[in-house]
Amino acid sequence: MSLSIPAPLEAELDELVTRYPQKRSASLMFLHTLQEHFGYVSPEAVEWTAAKLGLAPINVFELVTFYPMFRQEPLGKTHIKVCRTLSCALAGASDLRKHFCEKLGLDAKAHVPQTTPDGNFTVEFVECLAACGSAPVVLVNDTLCEKVDASKADSILAEGKSGGAQLRAAGTLSK
Amino acid sequence: MPQEYRLILKHADQTGYTPDIECYLRHGGYEALRKALATTSRELPDGKKQSPQEVIRDEVLKSGLRGRGGAGFSCGLKWSFVDRRSGKPIYLICNADESEPGTFKDRQILHKDPHQLIEGMIISCWANDVKLAYIYVRGEFPQAARIINQALKEARAKGFLGKNILGTGVDLEIHLHRGAGAYICGEETGLIESLEGKRPYPRIKPPYFPAVLGLYMCPTIVNNVETLCAVRHIVSMGAGEYAKLGTVNNTGTRIISLSGDVKRPGYYEVEVGKATLGELIHHENFGQGLRPGRSIRAIIPGGSSSKVLKAGERFKLKRKGADGQMTTVEVDLLDLPYDFDSLQAAGTMSGSGAIIVLDDTRNPVDVLANVSEFYAHESCGQCTPCREGALWMSKALHRLTHGEGRKSDADYLLHIAQNIQGRTICAFGEAAAWPTLSFVKKFKAEFEARGAADEAHPGKPPASH
Ligand SMILES: Cc1cc2nc3c(=O)[nH]c(=O)nc-3n(C[C@H](O)[C@H](O)[C@H](O)COP(=O)(O)O)c2cc1C
Ligand code: SF4
Ligand code: FES
Repeated sequence: MSLSIPAPLEAELDELVTRYPQKRSASLMFLHTLQEHFGYVSPEAVEWTAAKLGLAPINVFELVTFYPMFRQEPLGKTHIKVCRTLSCALAGASDLRKHFCEKLGLDAKAHVPQTTPDGNFTVEFVECLAACGSAPVVLVNDTLCEKVDASKADSILAEGKSGGAQLRAAGTLSK
Repeated sequence: MPQEYRLILKHADQTGYTPDIECYLRHGGYEALRKALATTSRELPDGKKQSPQEVIRDEVLKSGLRGRGGAGFSCGLKWSFVDRRSGKPIYLICNADESEPGTFKDRQILHKDPHQLIEGMIISCWANDVKLAYIYVRGEFPQAARIINQALKEARAKGFLGKNILGTGVDLEIHLHRGAGAYICGEETGLIESLEGKRPYPRIKPPYFPAVLGLYMCPTIVNNVETLCAVRHIVSMGAGEYAKLGTVNNTGTRIISLSGDVKRPGYYEVEVGKATLGELIHHENFGQGLRPGRSIRAIIPGGSSSKVLKAGERFKLKRKGADGQMTTVEVDLLDLPYDFDSLQAAGTMSGSGAIIVLDDTRNPVDVLANVSEFYAHESCGQCTPCREGALWMSKALHRLTHGEGRKSDADYLLHIAQNIQGRTICAFGEAAAWPTLSFVKKFKAEFEARGAADEAHPGKPPASH
């Protein structure tokens, strides 16, 4: 399967390369941009990035496997990242994640990212989101939600079910 | 009365203050840059001549500014280590990875006043002959990435960035670079590797001191967001005035991130050392104390990597009396001035300025289990003591918090932690070991009791759970 990169996206990627004295430096920004466009980083995206930057595919693949934000399969349209680190844990992050899981019919005991069968939601635990003063916090796609209690959690889910325009990312972030 | 002193966050939360360049310019933005660029060379009493750039670097040194990213190292001194004779380009990187648990101050600047950071960076670049710089923003800050990109565009359009900035003949470009969710990217050499498009494996020092062998093996300055903002104010008000803020050897202001068991968590900019730990937690201008009926059990004073302080601990501090004589005073934990030196004297650190308060309903075993899971997850894996040790500690704590602990786990944890520190490539090793060392030493009875209870009732979760 080959990757189809629309011309504007390719132009955006080409511009990224010009930001660095060495092409390889652009690889993280490439992966972000491709993931934002396709929803995940496919083997084709890895190959394509490597060819574009003059690298061996392994040099790109090892980034995908190391950096937690890159994913190799599509996740839910509404991606709920619940912070599990100390300040949020003190404010009930564990119950909050459980709440999300139970409402979505996911396994509250499993600590790996989980996606609903309809592909609408993914719930996962992440480390400190640097918003500890308003714990517990949740990053929903690109939107930070603070002091999330059960009722706020429910409105996040309702928003997600209704198409979630407010929680949707608006295009790629490299520009 | 202890109160906030807003220098960096002066405008950030004012109604109507927006992150665009027009608003920044209306509030005196980029005036410090103009002042810096207009600096003239000067002759020192010993006859040596300082170029305008050297004058700015000297001001930063004299201001006493210490890095706000964690280590509290003198910014001016760091700049003085930069190898300026190598003939290679010099790079500057703003560390906006903000990933030390408990810290949420750089976020405020990035979101609310991005041009202040950019102005601080342009001045710092100009003073250090840097032509290309990066802002490394953590991946989990997508909004900040958008705002910074927009701000960079605006600064370019106004001629503050690009070719021949403000007609000086100097070229400067600043770009945004995004991380992707790994804590170790906050460590400066890991950050550099990440910026080179690699896994963020920290480099060993020596020889890889960024000031000599940094980005692309060229001399590189890595500074925290807040540090670079402070540079703007030092230029604007002068080193002497800046140094009047704060206390001796702990000058200027600092943004404290307060979280955990307080009534009013939040970020508070204060003159360094002018408020005590107790005031920051209890005073009505800051944390406003704990919830009704609760008392302090422990305080993590400088991000989750710093050693915990236990309620009731007392520390000896050296103080200069009115007669100029040094005396030693003994103070309660809550009376420790919140500055770099006092926290160090108390055996811990002010680190990233993040205070996490734990009240008497919290069990130190559960708290350490949470903290330790973070380090087990975030070790980059290069060094065996760190990779394995962080995981072993986390596993032992998992068992202690799941009804399967042993009384000997307390000593086991100490043993592992002691064998990590000092045996690793980067300071993450210490960051992972210190919480365990301090929690288990200071709350040994609680750890042993938890293990002993599990041994008495194997498989049964302890009652406090
Ligand atoms: C494990 C680890 C994580 C770090 N994370 C950060 C961070 O998120 N942000 C930061 O500014 N500095 C962080 N630092 C400190 C940096 O290595 C570096 O000292 C700092 O960015 C220098 O800036 P400053 O001198 O302005 O403080 C970290 C250090 C270590 C060892
Ligand atoms: S100390 Fe830990 S984080 Fe640092 S280089 Fe070694 S394994 Fe990686
Ligand atoms: S601990 Fe959750 S945002 Fe920091």
